[in-house]
Amino acid sequence: MQEFLQYLFSGITNGAIYAVIALGFSTLYSATDLINFAQGEFVMLGALLLMTLWTQVSMPLWAAFPLAVLLVAAVGMVFDRVAIKTVKKPSPILLVLITVGASILFRGGAMLLWGKHSYSVPAFSSISAVEIGGAYLFPQSLWILGVVLVLVAGLNLFYHRTLTGKAMQAVAINKQAAELLGVASRKMTLLAWGLAAGLGAVAGVIISPITMSAYDMGTMLGLKGFCAAMLGGLGNFWGAVVGGVLLGLTEAMGVGYVSSSLKDAIAFLLLLLILYAKPTGILGKASSHRF
Amino acid sequence: MADKKERSGSPGQEPPEPVPAGATPRRAGLGQRLLPYAGYLVVTAGLCAYGLWADNYYYTQLLTFIGIHTLLAVGLNMVMGYAGQISLGHAAFFGLGAYTTGALTVHLSWPPLAALPAALAVPALVAFIVGMPTLKLHGYYLGMGTLGFGMIIHILFREWTALTGGPNGLVGIPVLSAGPVSLAGGKTYLFLVWGAVLLSFGMCSRIVHSRVGRALSAIHFSEQAAAAVGVDTMRAKLEVFVFSAALAALAGFLYAHMVTFISPSSFSFLVSIRIVAMVVIGGMASIWGSLFGAGLLTLLPEWLHVFSEYEVMIYGLVLVVVMIFFPQGLTRGVLDAYERARRRKTGAGPSA
Repeated sequence: MQEFLQYLFSGITNGAIYAVIALGFSTLYSATDLINFAQGEFVMLGALLLMTLWTQVSMPLWAAFPLAVLLVAAVGMVFDRVAIKTVKKPSPILLVLITVGASILFRGGAMLLWGKHSYSVPAFSSISAVEIGGAYLFPQSLWILGVVLVLVAGLNLFYHRTLTGKAMQAVAINKQAAELLGVASRKMTLLAWGLAAGLGAVAGVIISPITMSAYDMGTMLGLKGFCAAMLGGLGNFWGAVVGGVLLGLTEAMGVGYVSSSLKDAIAFLLLLLILYAKPTGILGKASSHRF
Repeated sequence: MADKKERSGSPGQEPPEPVPAGATPRRAGLGQRLLPYAGYLVVTAGLCAYGLWADNYYYTQLLTFIGIHTLLAVGLNMVMGYAGQISLGHAAFFGLGAYTTGALTVHLSWPPLAALPAALAVPALVAFIVGMPTLKLHGYYLGMGTLGFGMIIHILFREWTALTGGPNGLVGIPVLSAGPVSLAGGKTYLFLVWGAVLLSFGMCSRIVHSRVGRALSAIHFSEQAAAAVGVDTMRAKLEVFVFSAALAALAGFLYAHMVTFISPSSFSFLVSIRIVAMVVIGGMASIWGSLFGAGLLTLLPEWLHVFSEYEVMIYGLVLVVVMIFFPQGLTRGVLDAYERARRRKTGAGPSA
């Protein structure tokens, strides 16, 4: 029981992080039909920027956190304008390769700026771990869960209660129709890039105290966030959340009860399983067409 | 909507548009018919010349690597360029070929040539089994299915320590020999690899111009339409996927016996992406483009060594820039530029 609780806590914590990364994928996919292989690099940039701003420049956390996220969001938007919008005849494979190239570029840039070292960051609050049923719940886990809950609620409000959010959804559903109704779809695409990159950065910021941050941390996190998004249903808001938590839990239980060498394989096994059984994901519609 | 996406998503698929060549149709036609043979001749002549005069270990190694990468690229090009199916896990077949022969020759001390059939059959069989459910998927979903498969195989290489040596890799793979005749020497191996490349080119162009090849390009254009006119789309896709896996496995076999040491990092996700980049940069649905793409992406890191720590960044930058400005691949881009220049010249000629 004690073991199970411990696995549960770590599973939910990791799951929440996967969920945020998956939300980034889904936000961008529903607005632009694009899968961004540099999403993991946004996570890495968020973690390393927070480390620099907080521990090296010694900014207070409440300023360093949003600044890191905004900077990464700006990187995402610049990337959209410089590399994605300039493609004359965009095709999925081409755009995928551009984002892959960009991920190599970001990784190389981060290696220049931060070197090949791994950095650690202190936990956000110095309260000691809480004991529940013999298992320990670390305050950073609570931070992560809290941030993710606020984020999900905020995004939900944004999509359903604000005009911009509704316009973004309109573009996601039907771009031409939205344009006819006066929605500036290019602006929405840009916003989606900023949002997706920012979400990645948030994941990086909240994960940095529980893992070592280095220039190459993004690849695996990005791919797993991607698996989570597929699991729940690509482009589906709640699907990303459900997929992330499910992936985190399965991973934690698999590592705990089966074998730790399985850890990285679980995400991809789940991915294949869902692709063969129901390609549109757990919360996806029956057909593979998006709407 | 998905339909529209599919069609706009395949710039390389329409057979060379007649529009740009419209000015001089007869000469272009003849040139295009001669071009393939010219290619074989040029490569053979170049190799002979190299074999006779050059004697540089580094260049021989590099050329051999280009050959191995070309095998990978041309195989994937059959799947991606001709049949229009994305595979983001091709390094898995490359690795399966290398590890099959590695395990058989190191652990069971088989002679390398005896391991060759197994090194081709195992990946082909895996491709057949995995292809059956995976090739039912389309677009991004297919990309992700193949990506997931590639990652799992990569993790298998890393974790199945008893067979693969784990993260440290498999050491002591013997060099290639046929009975008493050693095929290991630098230039001998170079000729062997390029012989395989030219053979694979011949096979691929035969397939492309055969009934199966036409079925594949029909599938590329519209799978529903192909099925409607009686193409067994699933079977055609599976066949080309298995063929392509076998070519990648051959590349893996040649690679393993060349470097005699293999480790999981040589078959990672990034390697899969590099093979895709070779195909796209060389030009989708272009057999000789594969050679070009493989050559360029093999040489590029060598050229970038002078930038030392900026190397990785510049590599990424080059990839992005090429994709933005030459969406049809560099081969196509260069040919188009040449075509434009020539048309300007011939267009100006008669009027002056």
